[in-house]
Amino acid sequence: MKNRDGNRIVLAILIVVFAIYNSIIYTKNTSASSAPLLSKKGIEGEKIWQKNNCTACHQFYGLGGYLGPDLTNLISNPIKGEEYAKAIFNSGIKSMPKFNFTTQEKNNLISFLKEVDRTGFYPNKNVKFKSNGWVSIKYK
Amino acid sequence: MEANKRFSILFITLGIMALATTVLIGVLASFVYLYPDFLKDYIPFNRLRPLHTTSAISWIILTAIGGIYYYIHSLENTYISFPKLEKAHFFIFLITGISIYFSLFFGKMGGREYLEYYPLLTIPILIGWIFFGINYFTTMLINVKKWPVYFWMWGTGILFMIYHLSEAHFWLFSSIRNDFIKDISIQWKSYGSFVGSWNLLVYGTAIYLMAKIKKDDSIGRGKEYFFFYFLGLTNLMFGWAHHTYIIPTQPWIRYVAYVVSMTEWIIFIHIVYNWKKSLKKDKMIINQMAYKFLIASDFWVFFNLMLALLMSIPSLNYFMHGTHITVAHSMGTTIGINTSILLASVSFVVSDLLKNNKLNHNKILRIGYYAFNTSLFLFLTVLIESGIFKARWILNNPNSNFGIYQEDSSFIYIFFVIAGIVLFISLITVIIPILKHLLKSLFSR
Ligand code: HEC
Repeated sequence: MKNRDGNRIVLAILIVVFAIYNSIIYTKNTSASSAPLLSKKGIEGEKIWQKNNCTACHQFYGLGGYLGPDLTNLISNPIKGEEYAKAIFNSGIKSMPKFNFTTQEKNNLISFLKEVDRTGFYPNKNVKFKSNGWVSIKYK
Repeated sequence: MEANKRFSILFITLGIMALATTVLIGVLASFVYLYPDFLKDYIPFNRLRPLHTTSAISWIILTAIGGIYYYIHSLENTYISFPKLEKAHFFIFLITGISIYFSLFFGKMGGREYLEYYPLLTIPILIGWIFFGINYFTTMLINVKKWPVYFWMWGTGILFMIYHLSEAHFWLFSSIRNDFIKDISIQWKSYGSFVGSWNLLVYGTAIYLMAKIKKDDSIGRGKEYFFFYFLGLTNLMFGWAHHTYIIPTQPWIRYVAYVVSMTEWIIFIHIVYNWKKSLKKDKMIINQMAYKFLIASDFWVFFNLMLALLMSIPSLNYFMHGTHITVAHSMGTTIGINTSILLASVSFVVSDLLKNNKLNHNKILRIGYYAFNTSLFLFLTVLIESGIFKARWILNNPNSNFGIYQEDSSFIYIFFVIAGIVLFISLITVIIPILKHLLKSLFSR
């Protein structure tokens, strides 16, 4: 009998710690980058991104589908950048669907990609490997 | 079949159909890797992929739910408190499921990876889960003091599922959406725990089945079982950030995840240790398909836990993240572990319904079983190989173009597609005899 009560106590403690932990994650600053919040235009761009499910093929920070390239640092990439991205959006290149974005929509998408780019590096090339298995990453 | 079992069998049948759909769309989608224009004008990959993943999640969830309803009805000698809620639960899921397919097919998307359907459709799903929870707790809670671990797992699985499914939609609040790093973190937090929640339902089912097959009521009781239950729960709550080591969140969040994730080595060592003990077997038991699938799932747990543990070490994660090794991990767990356990559950239910050994002696099912495990191994090997290829390619060609990478890796894609087709055929071989019996029992009075 005692053991059963013990189980409920352990569960209760876990849930309390979880609740505190969650409230910190939801409300406190979780980001280690100094990037500003997304702008109105950036949010509009993200909406287009979601409506067309770009994440099925593309990744940010390596998260997403693998049929297309990661786009985290596309805009700050000296070989690619804004104009290149604009040229790709409606190109229907390879497996990418042929979209018909207006100039306004393209600009919003660019704002979104630009603001994501400001949040950090991916791939993160300037990392430090520690002997305990930890990796310190570089922030923007 | 008794009327009270009808809806549990309907859940399971729908689940099996979702599995068939998953593998069919999976094969179609894999062709796009070889032929980028494949189906592009009819149903492009950004719709195919969510149709595939949604079907996979539906298979797992519907079959786990159907199993739990069935076991409560048939083996636990209780009457479910609100049969009408069970019925409503089924129809809500059926109608919402169909709506999700339409939403994806016609490109009306929410566009969040893994929950890409139109976000409003989550509301009926949540209502379905709440109905399930009401039924589960009002029926089972009277005996809570005597609950073996699997009843705890099912109960907490339902509650955490409701919570994390809601959490996955926190991006709808602008305070979260405006902060890209917070948003993507909570997104992956919710997915990690969401999968953890269905794992509670599925692993709970595995322990339940072991107890029933071996007719040993001590299975699922005692300190050891509860220790691992709480360890799993701790990982569900605090381990998610191993998906996001490379995202610039506050380091303490990732550090907590690293430390918590490493506690899973205890589970790993425990499995290896237990294997030695469990070699002696009763012939009667070995011949049951349900048991066979459970043994297979044991192997896949070993394989995937190993992979997950390695990926949770940040310095290895650095190279594995963003490559197909993560796909090997997700396919390994959903197909190897979840699907094996759920096929065990369905085999058990069908044998119980038939009240004979027909299914256990079904030759096609046996061939399918071996083909399934072999082809899955092949499939995962190809994915890991392709992950290693990608990691090395990125290191060696930091500034090269993605198109060139695609061309360089096309030889692996050929193996990927072939392995996928073999896996598809073997799973269909398993599904057909099971589905036949399910449909027969549904239409017999
Ligand atoms: C069906 C898969 C798919 C979808 C969906 C998709 N893309 Fe692409 N995208 C690709 C592929 C493949 C490439 C790489 C083509 C190449 O270089 O050969 C690409 C390239 C790009 C590039 C150039 C990246 C680079 O590094 O060269 C941008 C920008 C881009 N896509 C934006 C988008 C946006 C925005 C969306 C959603 C509106 C989107 N894509 C949807 C497959 C897709």
